[in-house]
Amino acid sequence: MATQVFKIPETLRKNAKYTFCPGCDHGVAIRLVAEVLDELGLKDKAILAASIGCSVTSYDFLNVDALEAPHGRALAEATGIKRALPDKFVFTYQGDGDFASIGLAESMHAALRGENLSAICINNTTYGMTGGQLGPTTLMGQVTTTSPSGRNAEYYGYPIKIAEHIALCDGTAFSARVSLDSVPNIRKAKQAIKKAFEVQIKGLGFGFVEILSSCPTNWRMTPDKAHERVRTEMIEVFKPGIYKDITTEIEG
Amino acid sequence: MTECLTNKKVLIKGNYAIAKAAVLAGCQCYFGYPITPQSEIGEFMSGKMQELGRAYVSAESELAAINMTLGACSTGVKAMSSSSSCAVALMQEALSYATADELPVVLVSVMRGGPGLGNIYPSQGDYFQSTKGGGNGDYKLIVLAPSTVQECVDLTYKAFYLAHKYKNPTVLLADGLLGQMMEPVEFKPYPYPEIDNSAWALSGAKGRDGRVIRSYAPLADNQCEFLKKLYAKYKTIEENETEWEENGVEDADIVLVSFGSTSRNVRTAAKLCREKGLKVGIFRPITLFPFPSKRLQEISTKIKKFVVVEVNMGQMVQDVRLAVNGNVHVEQINKGVGAPPSPEEIAARIEELV
Repeated sequence: MATQVFKIPETLRKNAKYTFCPGCDHGVAIRLVAEVLDELGLKDKAILAASIGCSVTSYDFLNVDALEAPHGRALAEATGIKRALPDKFVFTYQGDGDFASIGLAESMHAALRGENLSAICINNTTYGMTGGQLGPTTLMGQVTTTSPSGRNAEYYGYPIKIAEHIALCDGTAFSARVSLDSVPNIRKAKQAIKKAFEVQIKGLGFGFVEILSSCPTNWRMTPDKAHERVRTEMIEVFKPGIYKDITTEIEG
Repeated sequence: MTECLTNKKVLIKGNYAIAKAAVLAGCQCYFGYPITPQSEIGEFMSGKMQELGRAYVSAESELAAINMTLGACSTGVKAMSSSSSCAVALMQEALSYATADELPVVLVSVMRGGPGLGNIYPSQGDYFQSTKGGGNGDYKLIVLAPSTVQECVDLTYKAFYLAHKYKNPTVLLADGLLGQMMEPVEFKPYPYPEIDNSAWALSGAKGRDGRVIRSYAPLADNQCEFLKKLYAKYKTIEENETEWEENGVEDADIVLVSFGSTSRNVRTAAKLCREKGLKVGIFRPITLFPFPSKRLQEISTKIKKFVVVEVNMGQMVQDVRLAVNGNVHVEQINKGVGAPPSPEEIAARIEELV
């Protein structure tokens, strides 16, 4: 008797053309979102507020209704969608620049209002789509096209720890940071996404997951080396874990 | 809410009248951020929407307020925001997106003095901002300009109708004078048919593939096709929806052109001129886009002079000049900011110009 061990999630579009760079973690993250939407039976009632950056093409892969928000405004648009249709499942898929730089006000205030929304933020320490410039999560010392001698505090200031900040908001029900550098961590990432989605379904407030991801192209690294960097340099500063969970704890 | 549907006239402030009309029009979601001279709209909405089980959000900024409006509109419901001048400036990016996404956004813009922070006196300085596009790319907003509090009500109804009929953001362009003044108003029921948005609105992809409302168009050819389609829509809007008021134009030598609150004093000024034997008519565009260019051109072949009266340094006058295309002189009477020039002042200037 054959057992099916692998299938394409129902919530992924059939025949979608893969457009991310080789080794990019967006593909893994979007697949996890699709799997969770499948498992929670949300495909038919999900509405995505898409963002600007490499994350914009999420709607080319996720087979759900979607509105493309201007840069940084995904959580404002998601708020509008949710307030108009409170029974639908509304979520965002954003990058760190979209969520925590140009959109920081929208992100924080959605959390502070306790909007019943779920937000996914991909943190790859750079602006990917525009060619690897310094962003809000660029690590100290990191060389980018706009920090050619590396990020230093005097000139560029400090990176933001997103999951910790969102956890401080009273309207947040769940805030976690996960990583996609290894299979065990990918499993934990899926658990966290599921939790961030479930708190919305239960009407508990804002659910948030920051996902540490590699960007081999802009980091000028092979995919393996890029994941090595996530494991060593990134995790050192952006510590994975659950920073807030008003329900029961899940494994961090 | 039906308690305010009455044949009796009620004395009401412009901002409250706009807010009430929006509720009566079936607005389900309001998103706003305070700014004088339109804050009463949000104040009214905060209580009334909650009472009716509809949505009101005190947004963290005008950027958020207008983007929340886009979000709500993407589901096909009637939704709106309101603001003023320097804060409407913050909304221009989202309005550009809303035209590209073809979303039925309604924005009430209650003009105050500019540029910059300016002041809270009435102004018509945002004619360009609303009719010429403050955002990027080729697009048009439908712009309706009331001149009385009653018209604030009637055109608020119409703004929701046109926004949904054409899937195009629509601006009710009032000013601090209309927002703050009280006049007797009759609230009739929303007179327009409801538009079925189910073919495009986001509702969850049940039994179908996910729909995407997007403006990202990586291929140049696709974008050229989209712009052609968009401009064909604007042509239809121009053909069907251009609205204006004219009076005493048939035998006129001079026609005074003005919009919004300024046209009230212009009307009286024309009467004063007639009493002095001057053949003066008035022309008031009610839709600023679509602009009544065709009618202005017809009139231009029969008169000696247009005089455009505005509370700005001369904005609508440019559209009048384009419409007239050199057929006759187009003169200006301007006041930078504040209450419109008095009828006597306008009449005196007309006498000088004759």
